[in-house]
Amino acid sequence: MAADSCSWFPALAVGVSLLKCFFISAYRSTDFEVHRNWLAITHSLPVSRWYYENTSEWTLDYPPLFAWFELGLSQVARRFDANMLQVENLNYASPATVLFQRLSVIVTDVVFIYAARECCRCVREPKGSRDVLSRPSFVLAVLLLWNFGLLVVDHIHFQYNGFLFGFLLLSVAKHLQSQHLQGALLFAFLLNLKHIYLYVAPAYGVYLLRSYCFAQDNKDGSVRWSSFSPLRLLALGAIVTSVCALSFGPFIAMGQLPQVLSRLFPFKRGLCHAYWAPNIWALYNVLDKSLAVLGVRLKLLEEAELPPASMTGGLVQEFEHSVLPSVTPAVTLVCTLLSILPAVASIWLRPHGAQGFLRCLLLCALGCFMFGWHVHEKAILIAILPLSILAVESREDAGIFLILTTTGHYSLFPLLFTPAELPIKVVLMLMFTIFSFTALRKLHSAQGSLLHPLEVIYLLGLVAVAIACEVVFPLSPWQQRLPFLPLLVTSVYCAMGVCYAFLRLYASLLLRREEKPKQL
Amino acid sequence: MQTWSLVSICVLLAIIARWGVSLNSYSGAGKPPMFGDYEAQRHWQEVTYNLPIQEWYFNTTNNDLNYWGLDYPPLTAYHSWICAYIAKTINPEWVELHKSRGYESTQHKLFMRMTVLVADLLIYIPAVVLYCLYLTDGSSKKKVSIMFCFLLYPGLILIDYGHFQYNGVSLGFALWGILALGLGWDVLGSMAFSLALNYKQMELYHALPFFCYLLGKCIKTGLIGRGLFLLVRIGVTVLATFALCWLPFLAEPSQAMQVVRRIFPVARGLFEDKVANTWCSLNTLIKIKSILSGDSQLYLSLACTLLAVLPSCIRLLTKPTFWHFKLALVNSSLAFFLFSFQVHEKSILLAALPACLLLNDLPLMALWFLQASTFSMLPLFLKDGLLVPYIVTSLGFLFFSIYLLSALDHCSEDKLRLGAYNKLFYWLPKMDLAFIVRWKFYISIAAMVGLSIATAVLIPPPHLPDLFPVLVSTTAFLHFLGTFIHFNVVQFSEPPSRKSQKKSN
Repeated sequence: MAADSCSWFPALAVGVSLLKCFFISAYRSTDFEVHRNWLAITHSLPVSRWYYENTSEWTLDYPPLFAWFELGLSQVARRFDANMLQVENLNYASPATVLFQRLSVIVTDVVFIYAARECCRCVREPKGSRDVLSRPSFVLAVLLLWNFGLLVVDHIHFQYNGFLFGFLLLSVAKHLQSQHLQGALLFAFLLNLKHIYLYVAPAYGVYLLRSYCFAQDNKDGSVRWSSFSPLRLLALGAIVTSVCALSFGPFIAMGQLPQVLSRLFPFKRGLCHAYWAPNIWALYNVLDKSLAVLGVRLKLLEEAELPPASMTGGLVQEFEHSVLPSVTPAVTLVCTLLSILPAVASIWLRPHGAQGFLRCLLLCALGCFMFGWHVHEKAILIAILPLSILAVESREDAGIFLILTTTGHYSLFPLLFTPAELPIKVVLMLMFTIFSFTALRKLHSAQGSLLHPLEVIYLLGLVAVAIACEVVFPLSPWQQRLPFLPLLVTSVYCAMGVCYAFLRLYASLLLRREEKPKQL
Repeated sequence: MQTWSLVSICVLLAIIARWGVSLNSYSGAGKPPMFGDYEAQRHWQEVTYNLPIQEWYFNTTNNDLNYWGLDYPPLTAYHSWICAYIAKTINPEWVELHKSRGYESTQHKLFMRMTVLVADLLIYIPAVVLYCLYLTDGSSKKKVSIMFCFLLYPGLILIDYGHFQYNGVSLGFALWGILALGLGWDVLGSMAFSLALNYKQMELYHALPFFCYLLGKCIKTGLIGRGLFLLVRIGVTVLATFALCWLPFLAEPSQAMQVVRRIFPVARGLFEDKVANTWCSLNTLIKIKSILSGDSQLYLSLACTLLAVLPSCIRLLTKPTFWHFKLALVNSSLAFFLFSFQVHEKSILLAALPACLLLNDLPLMALWFLQASTFSMLPLFLKDGLLVPYIVTSLGFLFFSIYLLSALDHCSEDKLRLGAYNKLFYWLPKMDLAFIVRWKFYISIAAMVGLSIATAVLIPPPHLPDLFPVLVSTTAFLHFLGTFIHFNVVQFSEPPSRKSQKKSN
C-alpha cells in the first residue's frame, strides 16, 4: 500500500463509492417511492402546493430546504426519465428512475466524504511515522466512510442521510477547528434540511452561547459573566434567523406555516415505530407485556379487561399499555428533557472545549433516541457517527463506541428483511465490526483491553440472537404463531446495549468534570 | 492490524462484490425458448436428478441433447446432481422432469446464485487466499493487496455471478493444483488438476504446462531413481483420479465414448460469435470458414496451437521452476485461446487465472491484460444486462490494482522486464521503453473506455450491425497477442535476479 501521507483517503472514498454502486439493483424500501414522490411534487407543482399535495400517502414531511434540494435533483432527473416527475405516477420505478435515484444518493454523499476528510484533519496524530493502517485519521476515515449503518440505510433501504450527516459532521469539524460561525451556519442549514437534528440542537445552542458568546472563562473553568459579547450573539442570531427565513420565509408569507408544521411533526403516530427502536420504550413495552401475561397467569387480571394486544401487530398506531400507565407525547418530552439536562448543564458549567461539546451532542442524540416519541431505529446513527471521532482519541470512548455501534448496527438488521439482502447485511456488518474491533484495539493497544469480559459476553450474545432470528426462527413452527417475536427480541436485546452505552457515556462526561479541575 | 483481520476484510469485500453482482440479471433471463447458461445449469440439475446415470449423456426421450444437453465432464454432472438434491428439498418444482423447463423465479435465482457462492467459498477463495499468503513475497500488507486484486478480478465475477457459470470451481481446482505444485506437493497438485480437468475440459489449456513442469522436475531429479518414482506416483494419481471420476461410465466403452464425443464437439465451427482470437479477427480480412473445409480448419488450428505452445513448454521442460511454470501457464492458455478450435469468449478466463498469479511479479502487464480480458467480454455482458456491474467492477479493479500494487510508480525497464527487447532490437536506436509502455497503457485504457461507451450508447450504422462487437474483439485480440508475445519473451529472458523467483522445493 502506498505509504504516501494522504493518498489513502481518496482510495477509501472511491472504494466505498464503487461499493455503493453494487446495491443499485438491490431491495429498496418505500422510502424510495417517498423520495420519488417528493421529486414529482417539487418539480411539477408550485411552491404553494408543496405542503398541501396528498395524492400519494407519502406527503412531503421534511423542512423546506430539503424540498428545494429535491427540486434541484429533479432538474437532473428530467434527463433520466421525465415520467418519474409526475405526481400521479405512484410507485413508478423504471430502470432509469432507479439508476437516477440511487446515483443521486451516491453523488450527494460527496458532502459526507468532504466532511469526513475535515474530521480526519481534526484528529491528533501521534508522533512518529506509524503504519498507515493504524493511524487514527485512517481509522476514523474508515469508521465514517464505511459505516455499516449509512451504507445499509442510504444505499439499500434508500435515504439521503449521508448528505445530511455530511452537514452535521462538517459543522462538528468546524467547531473542532474553532470556526464557530461556519459551524453554526452549517447546522442551521442542516436543521432546515431535516428536522430530526433538533435532537442535538440543545447541545449546539448551549455550547455556542457558553463558549462563543462568552469569550472567556474564569480560572476554575466556570463562566465569566463579564466577558459576554453581544456582537457575537447578534452574529449567531443573524445567521440562524436568515437561514430559517430563507427556508420558511416563503411559507410564512403565504400563511402556510401551521400546515407546514403539522406535516413536520405528525404526533398522530404512535409511541414506537412499527419495529421498536432499541430504546427505553421498547423495554417499557416488554415489561408491560410480561406483567400482563404474568397477571393473567396468577389470576390477578382478567384477560377480557386488557386492551387487545396491538403492540406486536407491527402497525404504526397508538396503543394502550395493559398494566403500566400509557405514555403520552408530553411524558416523552419531559423524560427527554430531563435526560439531556445534566449533559447540557455540564457543558454550561465546564465546557471542556469542543471535545466537551461533542460529548454533549452525543448525549443529546442518545437521550432523544432513548426517550423520544416515535423514534426510528435509524436515528441511532446520529450518535454513532460523531462518536467515531471520540473513539479514535480515547480508550474509554472506544469501548463505548464498540458497544454502541455493534448493538446499534445490529438493530438495523430488520430494515432489510428480504432473503437476497441477507448475505449483504451480514457480510457488511461483519466487515465493519471486524475492522472497528481490530483497528481500535491496535490504536489503543498500549492501555489494555477495550471491553470488560461481561461486555464481550453481551456482544457475543448478539451472534446468538442473530442466528436465532435469521436462521432458526424462520424454520421453526413459531414463525406462524408469533411472527413478530424476532423483532421484539432484537429490539429488547439491543435496547439493553444502547442503554448501557448511554449510561457509560454519561458517566464519562460527569466523571471527567471532576477530574479536570484537579489537573488545572 | 493483524494479517488475519486484513485477510478476512478482503475476503468479505470479495463476497460483497460477488453478491452485489449477483443481484443483477443472468444470461437468458426471460428469453424463451432457449434461455441461457442459467437455464443450462438448471436443466442439468433436472436431468441428473431425474435420469439414471447411463442416460445423462445420451439423447433419449427424456433427455433432449439439443436442449442444453450435458457437454461437460462428469464432475460437472455430479455437481449438478448434488445441487439438484438441495433444490428438491427446497422446492421440487425447480427440478421436475420436463415441467421445470425455463423455470424462473426470484427464489430460484437466489438459490442458484447461492450455489455459485458456496462453491466459490469452498474452492476458489481459499485457494486464492492460500496462494497469496504462501507463494507471493513481500510484507503481509503487500500480500493482502495482491489477494484483494486477485479476488476482485472482474471477468470471473461477472461471468460466474452475472452471466451464470461455475468457472470458479474448475479454476479453483486448477489453482489448488498450482498452489500444491508451488509448495512442492506434486502428487496432490496433480490430483487437484485432474479434478479441474474433470470439471471442465477447457482446463486442457493448462494441461501442457502442468505436464511439462512435472516431467521437467522428474528429469531434473534423475529419470533413473527418484525422478522415475515421482513420475510413477504422479501418473498413478492422475489415472486413479480420472478413473474415480469416470467410474460410472467405464462399465461400457460406448458410455465413455459418448461422454468424450459430447465434451469435444468437433462438429461445431472454427469459432462462434465474436471472439477475440486469431480466427475471428482474421475473418474480418479473409473468410476462412468458407475457404477451408471443416477438417482442414481443425488441423490448421491444431497445428497453429501446437506451434504456439511449443516454445514456452520446451523452455519450461528445460527449466522447471515455479516462475517459468507461471509464465508457461499464461502462454499456453493464451496460445490455446488465440489459435485453437471452437473457442468461447469466456475461455479467456483460463488465461486470466495464471495472469492473476503474475500480479505480484509483473503488476502492470498483468493488470493490463486482465483489464483487456474483461473488456473482451463486453458484448456478452451487454447482452446479459450487466453494464452497471461491468463498469463498477472494472473501474474498481483498475483503480485498486494500480493503487495498491503501485503499478505505475515503479515501471522502470528492469521492473517491466523489458531488457530482452533491447537485446532483440539492438540495431535500433536506444529508446526509453518504460516510457513507451506506460503511454501505450494509457492509450489502450482510453481506447477500451471509449469503445465501452460507444458500444453501450451508440447505435451502429444499419449496414454494419456488428461494428462495435468486431471492434471490441479486434482490440482485445491485439491486446492478447501482445501479451502472448511479451510473456513469451519474458519467459525466454533471464529469470528475475531477486528473490522473487520462488523455486519449488
